[in-house]
Amino acid sequence: MKVLLFGIAKDIAGAPVIQVDTPVTQVAGLREYLYGRYPRLRELRSCMIAVNKVYAADGDALQPGDEIAVIPPVSGG
Amino acid sequence: MDLLVQIKDSITVQEAVDFVQSPSCGGVAVFIGTVRNETRGKSVQKLYFECYTPMALSEMEKIARHIQQEMGIQRIAILHVSGEKLPGETVVVIAAAAPHRGAAFTACQYAIDTLKETVPIWKKEYFEDGEVWVAAHP
Repeated sequence: MKVLLFGIAKDIAGAPVIQVDTPVTQVAGLREYLYGRYPRLRELRSCMIAVNKVYAADGDALQPGDEIAVIPPVSGG
Repeated sequence: MDLLVQIKDSITVQEAVDFVQSPSCGGVAVFIGTVRNETRGKSVQKLYFECYTPMALSEMEKIARHIQQEMGIQRIAILHVSGEKLPGETVVVIAAAAPHRGAAFTACQYAIDTLKETVPIWKKEYFEDGEVWVAAHP
């Protein structure tokens, strides 16, 4: 499973895209995986996950082929 | 289409106003966001905007549709830049046209407030002595 990263999350991971090899089936599981691999993500004001370009909740399921992205605190405008 | 949402290197106020103007609308309100030259007393050299463009456009369209369906706005444009911008340069333009002015003012305020909360765009500030992603940490 590929995960896109943006802004400070991209800096923390050191890459705009990472590969997740552990099987994760829910947003909550992915979040825990990411926090384990990149503990500094926990220090952010917020860390949302988007699935197929829509904000996802922790209970949402992840399917193979989903476009998954880490959304750190936004600051447009 | 009576809404316009775009993310690109450079935007102008005029293109947003040109899009929303209509004979049926007696009021056009415009919000223009520009690069401020200081933050908390520190001089800002430039900003860099990173966008998750497909999702950002989708969120901007949600804002625009809400404004049209719930706020009495006939035509709306929301434009945002990506990439590097210098102090004074325009980074966001929102134009809303309505038969009467009140709805247009309200719509612009709603659009910029919501954009800052929901649209996946990130701003990095560059100072003389370093750089920081805005609002990333508590």
